[in-house]
Amino acid sequence: MKRETVQAWLLILPALALLVAFTHWPAATTLIDSFFSTARGNRPSHFVGTDNYADLWGDPVFWQALHNNIVYALCTIPASVLLALLMALAVNEALPGRPLLRMAYFTPTMLPMIAVANIWMFFYTPDYGLFDHVLSLFGGGRHNWLGDRNTALPAMIAVEVWKDAGFFMIFYLAALQTVPSDLKEAAALEGSSRWNFFRRVTLPLLMPTTLFVLVNAVINAFRVVDHIVVMTRGGPDNATTLLLYYIYETGFRFWDTAMAATLTVVLLAILAALAAFQFGVLGRRVHYR
Amino acid sequence: MSAATFVPPPLAERGKGEGSRAPSGTGREPIPPWRAARPATRTLEIIGAWMLGLLWVAPLLYAVWTAFHPASYATRFDALAPLTLHNFVLAWQAAPFARYFLNTTILVTIVLIAQFVLCTPAAFAFARLSFPGRDTVFAVVLLQLMIMPEVLLVGNYRTLAEIGLVDTIIAIALPYLGSAFGIFLLRQTFRTIPQELDDAARLEGCSLLARIWRVYVPLAKPTYIAYGLVSVSYHWNNFLWPLVITNSVTTRPLTVGLSVFATTDQGIDWSIITAATLMTSAPLLVAFLLFQRQFVQSFMRAGIR
Repeated sequence: MKRETVQAWLLILPALALLVAFTHWPAATTLIDSFFSTARGNRPSHFVGTDNYADLWGDPVFWQALHNNIVYALCTIPASVLLALLMALAVNEALPGRPLLRMAYFTPTMLPMIAVANIWMFFYTPDYGLFDHVLSLFGGGRHNWLGDRNTALPAMIAVEVWKDAGFFMIFYLAALQTVPSDLKEAAALEGSSRWNFFRRVTLPLLMPTTLFVLVNAVINAFRVVDHIVVMTRGGPDNATTLLLYYIYETGFRFWDTAMAATLTVVLLAILAALAAFQFGVLGRRVHYR
Repeated sequence: MSAATFVPPPLAERGKGEGSRAPSGTGREPIPPWRAARPATRTLEIIGAWMLGLLWVAPLLYAVWTAFHPASYATRFDALAPLTLHNFVLAWQAAPFARYFLNTTILVTIVLIAQFVLCTPAAFAFARLSFPGRDTVFAVVLLQLMIMPEVLLVGNYRTLAEIGLVDTIIAIALPYLGSAFGIFLLRQTFRTIPQELDDAARLEGCSLLARIWRVYVPLAKPTYIAYGLVSVSYHWNNFLWPLVITNSVTTRPLTVGLSVFATTDQGIDWSIITAATLMTSAPLLVAFLLFQRQFVQSFMRAGIR
């Protein structure tokens, strides 16, 4: 073997070994585990074929979690991306107190999700919390935001949007600052309206950033469940159970590792599909190398 | 700096055709700035932007209010309400937060140092050495960008249980040490460093490791700072994996400690819980407020967390 090849492998190996041990290896064992039963007491784990998948298919909580997760993604993603764009447009132009405003938008990003969850849990408290307090000024009554099936998931969505929008804003801000000034001058010469300039020039220029932000928003929608653990534990009646939360609950509260593995495989399949979409469709537009 | 390639570059070409028509006027008469809106519209926009800003910062201000006032003022706003640090004192005494702070500090330090040490040589090899299968291995590494360790908590827990590391600080760190993100980010930066500098160092008799250390690492300093800030804030705030893998006071990081504290015997004393919440977020928040520009630029440079 060439000397350079040996050197390269020696340099890569420590990082690669750890990476494979904690990404590819668990992915493989999880897949294998999903075809075995959970070991319980004196009954060791044994091969069950696709029984776990059949069980999952018949598990209403799984479908509920999948449904919740899709609703959650379809609400948090457009909301946080749109707000991020608005924020970026707002602080891209001169206005009084701009640095302060930018900070206001971005600060939630720096807080741990768990801290965010604690703060918002207080807001959602019936009677005592901020929301009921404000509503009572307008004659509203008591409402158990986290205890009501209809409001619990929207409450979680609000938390995620509040935390993410400011983070995505900075990417839009960076892109807006690269809009070439000669385009602005040309538009000014033509007497183009601001709305027209935004729609015809700025927005198309922001497309690659939008795609990039979308990918991140999608990943977040399937990855972040810290607030669920703290605020609702998936309740009431599984109304806020997301896929990763269901994995956590199945694996580490019910200790049914086989079902947790099966669920993980499903989540991995979803992420793989999204990755394929990212590299296939978006990859051509977003520059990676 | 090419580390930001995640934020897509070829912007200039995309607007082609939009501004290409010849301007109708030939004279150089003063043009109103293109963006000038009617003053009334602009005022409305500014008000809107600030309303959104206030809405965004309100939860945090409210938390600060609750934490620094006696419980009786938690939901009552009164300019004359007495300020107090009592809530912080109570929170600090009610749970071993000093230990949690120590645990998180140890964790963040281990992760940061190990990531730098492990990712630098790998990034160099991917950026500057050629060997069979390089692109395949790189693709294998990049897979981790989509499949983050928290998704694999069942499998990783099993691995760590088998090697007897459950409930240790090193176990919290391990899945994150071989970081595809770090390798990718540093590789992008290393590729922009002029090959001539590397060649010069080689001619002077520098070994491979010396070249990495003397040429590449110093020139990639901004990327290390960016990656460092992103990594520290990620692991300071990380929750689900530490929750699963730790089980005692001596290993729990702040986030898990805070959740244990907030869900157990505190009842609903929001003043104390909020004080504890702010206390645990404070170091990062204060650092951010002091080095705002640095943080924002780092997040931008790093592209993804």
